[in-house]
Order: sequence, then C-alpha cells, then structure tokens
Amino acid sequence: MSLIEEPRSRVEVPARPAPPIPYGMLAELTHRCPLQCPYCSNPVELDRRNVELDTETWLRVFSEAAKLGVLQVHLSGGEPTARRDLEQMIRHCVDVGLYTNLITAGVGVTPERLQAISDAGIDHVQLSFQGATAEMTDKVSNFRGAHERKLAVGREVRRLGLPLTVNSVVHRANIHQIPDFIELALALDARRIEIAHSQYYGWALRNRGALMPTRDQVFWALDVVEEARVRLKGVLTIDAVVPDYYAKYPKPCMNGWGRQSLNVTPSGKVLPCHAAETIPSLDFWNVREHSLTDVWLNSPAFNAFRGTDWMPDLCKSCERKEIDWGGCRCQAMAIAGDAAATDPACHLSPLHADLLALAEADAEGSDIYDYRRYFQPDRAG
Amino acid sequence: MTATLAATGVPKLARGVRLRHDEARGQWVLLAPERVLNPDPVAVEILKKVDGARSIDAIVDELATAFTVERTTVATDVDAFLSGLAEKGLIEVTSPVIGDAAS
Repeated sequence: MSLIEEPRSRVEVPARPAPPIPYGMLAELTHRCPLQCPYCSNPVELDRRNVELDTETWLRVFSEAAKLGVLQVHLSGGEPTARRDLEQMIRHCVDVGLYTNLITAGVGVTPERLQAISDAGIDHVQLSFQGATAEMTDKVSNFRGAHERKLAVGREVRRLGLPLTVNSVVHRANIHQIPDFIELALALDARRIEIAHSQYYGWALRNRGALMPTRDQVFWALDVVEEARVRLKGVLTIDAVVPDYYAKYPKPCMNGWGRQSLNVTPSGKVLPCHAAETIPSLDFWNVREHSLTDVWLNSPAFNAFRGTDWMPDLCKSCERKEIDWGGCRCQAMAIAGDAAATDPACHLSPLHADLLALAEADAEGSDIYDYRRYFQPDRAG
Repeated sequence: MTATLAATGVPKLARGVRLRHDEARGQWVLLAPERVLNPDPVAVEILKKVDGARSIDAIVDELATAFTVERTTVATDVDAFLSGLAEKGLIEVTSPVIGDAAS
C-alpha cells in the first residue's frame, strides 16, 4: 500500500499517449495588477480590461476543463483578485470537481475578501514575495508598502486554515536573500516555498540585463537550496525553478509541449505555455470559438511541438529526448530565432556557448529596471 | 522512522487535500498543493474511510472485516500509511473528545 508521490514535474505519463490528458490549467483571469515587477512573464503587450472574457465564458471553460480531465486549476493573472467574480469562479470549479489554487500578489486583498475566497472553497494559496525584506519587495514590485500587506495576507491565509505556498522569484538583486525567503516562509507557517529563478520571457526578457545573476551567485544559490531541502525535510517543501542559462541540460519545459497542461489568457486564447505567443508562426485558437477539448486535440499550435516527431536530429537521437522534451520552444525562438531548434540551454546546442556568453555579459548589465506597465505609453507613429 | 499514531485518534484530510475519482483516467487521485498523487487500491480503501469521524481503530475494524484479513496486519499497514500522510501534512489526526461533550 503506497502513495506514489508524483510532483508536477514528475507525473508519469505513457511515452506516447494518444491523446495525452492535461493535469493542470493556468487561468490568467486578467493582466491587471497593482505591482510592476520587471521579471513578469506576462507578454509585453498586455490584454486590456475590455477584452477580458466574461464570467459566463470562464465558467464554461472550467466545465470544459474538468470534462477534458484537468484536475487542478491555477487562478492567476495579473492579479486574479482584480476580478470581482473570482469567488463565483471558485465555487463553480468546486462544483465541477476542480482543485483550485490562487496565485496572488497579496496587495489590496482585504481579510473580508480572503474570507469570501476561503468560503467559496479555494484549496491552496500561493503568495508572491519580491524580496525577503520590505525594502527589497517594495523596490522590485515598485509598490511602497507591498511587503507589509503581503505579510498580513499570508498570516490571514493561515488563520483561515488554508495551505500556503510562498512564491519567490529570484534574480541578481535579491538572490542573496534566499536563506531569508526560507525563514520568511517558516515564519508564515507555509508548508511550501517556490524559489524560482527568473525565466526570460515577456517583461523579464526585456529586463534580462538588470535581472541576470552571475554564475557564482547561481551556484551558491543551488547549494543553499539543496542544504535547506535536507534540513527542512518534512517541515517545508522547497521547489526550485532552475536558472537554465548556466545549465548543462535544458529544463523540461511544461514537461513537454501540449502534454500535461494548458494556459488560457485573459482574452481567451489557449496556449501550450504562458510565453507561447512569442512564437510568431503559431496561430492560437480562442475559447470564444472553440471548446477546450477541440483546442487541446486539434489546434495546430498544440500539435506543432507535441511528442518528439518535430525535433531536430540532435534532439531526436538523444537519450534524454523524453526527459527534457527538447527544452523550451520559446527560448529556442528568442535565442536561436527558430522555435524548432535545439534549446540553446542544452550543452549540445551549437548556440550554447553564445547563451553562456550572453548571460555573463548581462550579469554585468545595468541595474535599472524597465518596470511592467499595464498601460503602455502611446507610441506616436 | 514512522511515528505511531494513537489508535483512538481521528484522521481527516488536511485543508487543501482532496480525494476524488478521476473519470478521464479511470483512477483515484489525491489532490494536494501542486501535487497529484496516485494512491494504490489498498490506499484508496483506507483514504475513503478517512472522513474526520471514524477513529483509526474503527477504520482498521472495518477494513479487517471487509477484506477478511488478520486485524493486526491491517493495523500495522494502516498505521504505517497514515503516519506517512501525517508527516507530509496531508492528514491531521485529532484526539477524540473525552466524555459526552456534545450535549
């Protein structure tokens, strides 16, 4: 008798299921957010409020997700609590059997609102911290007082008896605070912390020169996390998202394209990952015109890099092809200019040395952020 | 090094942990924060009885009867399994109320 522990990153799925069934759906309910984090993975062109899906459409999408086999829904954004119909969506997810995870910045969320979210049946709350100190959080998020508000939300989440994950994105300015982030998570009685090295898509790609850590910082961080993992076993689960610019093997992005998860944008586009829109050749179907099952099974974007048939020979002949799944398509696009190329993070890629040189040069870059802005200044033609 | 749980303790799934049947894949799953766990058939039978009302003793009794297995064997297995869940924070075990507190 056992529980086969299967973290998100290691869920066993038959090698070539026909068709695969997704486990998770990221629902980006809105791009509105009070914070301006320069590492935000949202696209630089943010969806305006007037193109957001209405309540009724989201409820249909959740029903379709449950029918498709999705088990967990991640309610995200932007800041998901900016949607006044969030509680209604949570109740609906509960009704159709979906596990709900709220991913919040924790700014502007009152105790009354949290109570309502809890009463609606939320299963888990992920709370972001941009720093382990007020000074750092406020600087990175460009929001004075953000840190104190987040602490208050974290305490309230626990007072309500909800499981809490602290989510910390680390980069050059705050990577040295990893031990303090861990202490912060323990002080808030979180059972889990995500230490995610900034991934360079969307706003983060634009700010790469201000975010990129040095090689020494990265290797120090990996050691610190490993030590803490052992020390805090059974007390705090530490999940790390690795910094692949300095890595030998690419990350198994999304555990394979169109294999385990999908992402719905505020305006209803269905993406295989949150950065997929950076690949210009792909055409994304919208939930306004297609059912989720139809998109998952039949949309050209989902089938473009599914499985291993699309791979270049270098990947196809590699024994790690069903471990790494070819790495990240968006990174191949950003660095190699070809979404079907071997991820340059892989040491076998002809561009691997270039990627490393780029990281090392960026690590010496300016510390000035181009903060995420919801309203882009008009560019006069 | 699994802890032994009090046989009179009453286990229940922690907030944020749910057992459900997954129709699409034809299996039972235990859902937890950022985790999908696949309990084997015996684990499922135990988990179905973890309802915040039955004591560990009662769960063992019912399983021993239902599957006609030696009670001590069942007790050992159930304790090992539930101790593991408790360590992971997936269940909470509360002591039963002493006396007739309800009325």
